[in-house]
Formats: sequence, structure tokens, C-alpha cells
Amino acid sequence: MVEQRPWLTVFSHAVLIAGILVVGFPLYVTFVASTRSLEDILSVPMPLLPGDRLWENYSQVLAAGTTKGVGAPVGRMMLNSLVMALAIACGKIAISIVASFAIVFFRFPLRNFFFWMIFVTLMLPVEVRIIPTFKVVSDLGMINSYVGLTLPLIASATATFLFRQFFLSVPEELAEAARIDGAGPMRFFRDVVLPLSKTSIAALFVIQFIYGWNQYLWPLLITTDESMYTAVIGIKRMIVAGDALTEWNLVMATAMLALLPPAAVVLLMQRWFVKGLVETEK
Amino acid sequence: MRCGVGTIFCVASKPQINRRVEKRVVFRSAWLPYALVAPQIAITLVFFFWPAVQAGWYSMQLQDAFGERTQFVGLANFAALFADANYLYAFRVTAVFSVLVAATGIAVALLLAATADRVIRGALAYRTLLIWPYAVAPAVAGVLWLFLFAPSIGVITFALRGVGVHWDWLLQGDQAMLLVVLAAAWKQISYNFLFFLAGLQSIPRSLIEAAAIDGAGPGRRFWTIVFPLLSPTAFFLLVVNMVYAFFDTFGVIDATTQGGPAGATQILVYKVYYDGVKGADLGGSSAQSVILMAIVIALTVVQFRYVERKVQY
Repeated sequence: MVEQRPWLTVFSHAVLIAGILVVGFPLYVTFVASTRSLEDILSVPMPLLPGDRLWENYSQVLAAGTTKGVGAPVGRMMLNSLVMALAIACGKIAISIVASFAIVFFRFPLRNFFFWMIFVTLMLPVEVRIIPTFKVVSDLGMINSYVGLTLPLIASATATFLFRQFFLSVPEELAEAARIDGAGPMRFFRDVVLPLSKTSIAALFVIQFIYGWNQYLWPLLITTDESMYTAVIGIKRMIVAGDALTEWNLVMATAMLALLPPAAVVLLMQRWFVKGLVETEK
Repeated sequence: MRCGVGTIFCVASKPQINRRVEKRVVFRSAWLPYALVAPQIAITLVFFFWPAVQAGWYSMQLQDAFGERTQFVGLANFAALFADANYLYAFRVTAVFSVLVAATGIAVALLLAATADRVIRGALAYRTLLIWPYAVAPAVAGVLWLFLFAPSIGVITFALRGVGVHWDWLLQGDQAMLLVVLAAAWKQISYNFLFFLAGLQSIPRSLIEAAAIDGAGPGRRFWTIVFPLLSPTAFFLLVVNMVYAFFDTFGVIDATTQGGPAGATQILVYKVYYDGVKGADLGGSSAQSVILMAIVIALTVVQFRYVERKVQY
């Protein structure tokens, strides 16, 4: 703060509080709905204070799902989401870090070609090549499997660029010193590069975990078997036509369950996450 | 060089600088670097390039209703698309949607970040309470807003009825558009907020203090110093938000309006999915995919050039 302007400070707090309330309102209503009975929700206007059905609603969806729409237990969907998110986050980080290590610390023919190949994938999001990608995956027999859910999403231009940018900032002296000491490239990778990359890895992990957990279009195509649904797909399948037919209390409990894990990752790893973002900016 | 989070874009737009940075010559091995890039390249080839090539191939074919016979038709699918009023309408819908989402998300986030940068007390708490929507899936965000705006039981629908607004997005296209814009922008605010906040905090305090000593008030300082220095961040966010609105909002649309009513919220990506998966029109959908790819590539190229010239670092 540069100078004292009490009114401006009050105004700033007011804007922030208003922002938080507006941003938080949908979540609050969702939470309230997830603690109420269906009758409460259908009685217009819905009460805006939490009810007493928290335990019943959550235990029902976790163990048994809804009675209309999809009947698969949400517990299973959460597990699928977790597997998918972890596999995508770890897979992306692993293949990107070694690829950018090769691109920065080696000189080899086709190096730039590979780099541009990875770069171009930025321009080919799943959404624009839905059907051919689906065909490839189904030809490989990967429908309704964890491999089919995760492997096609593991290539990452973003992660490769972040690591590349970070490696370029690693002082050359470190590599020189390692070489003089007789360390091979993989030794250098393990003992110098990996420890230095911790913050970038943590930041990427948060981003990619959320990316994986929140995938929608891909699991929608790849999972036809209820037992392979992810939590996000499950919610969509629980909403049946018409406001009054949907069991909103259960849908909202599922929505809370589906958004809690990624939100927890962001909030618990917040310091690393923001630090990582700011550091990659230099 | 301040590359911004758009390091990606600096890489492409500033080759000279990169060449200078890349003078290091370090390890040599005949096979190791290839082994290291192999996994990434293999996945890229199988799940990105091959399907992209196939999309190009399918886009020039016509399939009969049972998918048994195909016929090469050249560019007929493309010609049919551009003669199709629905497709042209989807273009307009996408343009309106992405501009509204990007503008809303960026404006709100900038306001919040500028105020959050100013307060000292409670700064961390404010940040924590503003960043969590980043973690919400687009489809879940869609469901949350769908519930608030549900025509018969929604809380906001009820409040709107109280002030005399008849809300039924199932029938009114503009209201459906407003609903998906709100849900999509809401989710993106926290992302924009974080990047603006990081950008604001990297502005040297001495610049602001010097301006304050010279008698510039907060508003003047913001528009003459802070905002120009934020322009790389703002531009990066504009790019990201447009791409987000184009592609990542599929979940928002599918979970709420499913493109309706009467195509009022049918963005291009949704139409690719709808025609290809629901309508089983392989040729038409692939032609749309090819057009979308062209749009993405064109956008990226234009942005590189623009970034290089206009935005100061």
C-alpha cells in the first residue's frame, strides 16, 4: 500500500466480500440442497438453511446411487475419477519431464522436429478430433478401461513447455560440474534436475490432477458401462428430464462429492500451486 | 525477458532469444535422447496426429445411413456445411458466447485482483475463498447454475419472478445463453484472478510509489502504470479464455442446455459432437472437426504475431 486512503480500503474489502459471496452462492445452495429432502427442494422457494438429511443423502449416493437415472454407487465413480486423475497427472509429468530433459540437455538430429511435434498438439484438443480418436481407441480395444480413459490424454504440450522453460533457467555450471565429476546424463537428471524441479512438479500436479478429475467429453464417449463412470459423468446421468423428476437432493450431494477432492487439492496445495505459477512466470 | 505465463507463446514468438539461450551443449548419446522423447512422441502420434489425419480423410467421404458403404466426395461435405444455415448460426453463437465468457471472466477477475492486491488484512483468506471454483469441473459448474436457474424450482428463478422477470431458459434462447455464459465465466474467474494477482505482485512497488509521490491518484496509477504492465498477462488470459470458451465449455453446455433451445447455445464443439455421435454423420462431423482445427491454428498464428508487436514487456 502506497498511501492511506481509508475509503478506498473499505471499498476494496467490500468488493472482495461481495465477490466471495457471489462466487460462493452456487456452492452454498448446492450444499443446502444436499442436506434436504426432495420435498423441501420442490417446495418453491426452497429453504436456504441446511437441513438434517446430510448423512442420509450422502450415504445413499455413496453406497447405492440414485433410484431414477443411473443406479451405480457414487463411491465407485469417485474411485474411477481418482484413478483417472492420478494416472493423468503422474503420466503427463513423467513423460513431459523426460522429453523436455532430452530436448534441453541433448543435441541430436530431429530435436527441433520433435519439439514442434509436441508443440502442435496444443492445436489439436480432444474436442476437435472426437470421433477419429474414439475410433482409434475402440480399435485398440480400450473402451471401458482405465487405459482407454487415461492414455490418450497423457501427452502434454503445456507440461513439456513449462519444464523446458525451467530447465533453460538451470545454470549451465551445474551441468558442467556434473560432467566434470563424471556423472552421466541420467545421474544428473536424478540428482540435480529432479530435486530442482520439485516446485514445478507440484504446481503441474495440482493443475493436471484437476484436469484429469474434471474430464468430461472423453469419459462420456469411452465409458458405456456404469461401473466405469467417473463422478462428473455420473452427475450428468442422474439428471433426468424435467425439474420435478430429478432427485435433486441426491444430485447435489453427488455434485458436492465430485467437487470436493479437486477443491481440496487446490486449497491444501495452494502455497505450492501459486508459488509454482509465479515462478514459471520469470 | 518477462515471458509471462505464456511461456508457450514466447517460445514461438521469440526464436532469436531462444537461440541465444540454447547455446549450452551438454550431454551426448546416440540413443538416450530418442528413448526419452519416445513415450511423448508415441502418444502424440497415435492419439493426436493419426486421428487428425483421419478426420481429414473422413471429411471427404460420405457414408450411407448404415455405415456400410463410403464414397469419396471431395469437398462436398464442406460445401454442404457452409450452405447450412444451422452451421453458420453455430458460428455466430460461438462468437457471441466466447466473447461474453472471456469479457465477463476477465473484467470481474481484474476488479477482484486489483482490490485483493490493495488489501493487506485478510489477503490470504480472500485469495483462498476466491480460487476454489478453479477446481470445479465445467459440467459440475453447469449443474450448479442449472439448479439455481431451474425454470420451476430454481432459487434465482423464484427471486426473478418476484421482480417480474419471467425466467424460462427452456423456451428463451437469450436466457439460455446467459445461463451458460454465467456458468462458464464463473468457473474461469478464479483462474484469471490468480494470474492477474501474480502479475500485479510482480510490478515493482517503486514505480507505483514514484507515481504516488508525483501526485497520481489510485485510478490514474492503475490506468497509466499498472494496466499497461499487466497487458501481457491480460493478453495471455484473453487467449486462454477464448480457447476455454471454444473447447472446454463442452461440459457446461452438455450438462445444462445441450445446445438448445433451437440451437441458441449450440457452439461449434457441441455441434461436432452432436452431429458425429448423436447424428452419426461421420463425414459432416469430421469436416466440422477440420474447420475447427483450422480455426485453432489460425487463432494461434495470429496471436503470436500480435503478441510480438503490440504487447510490451
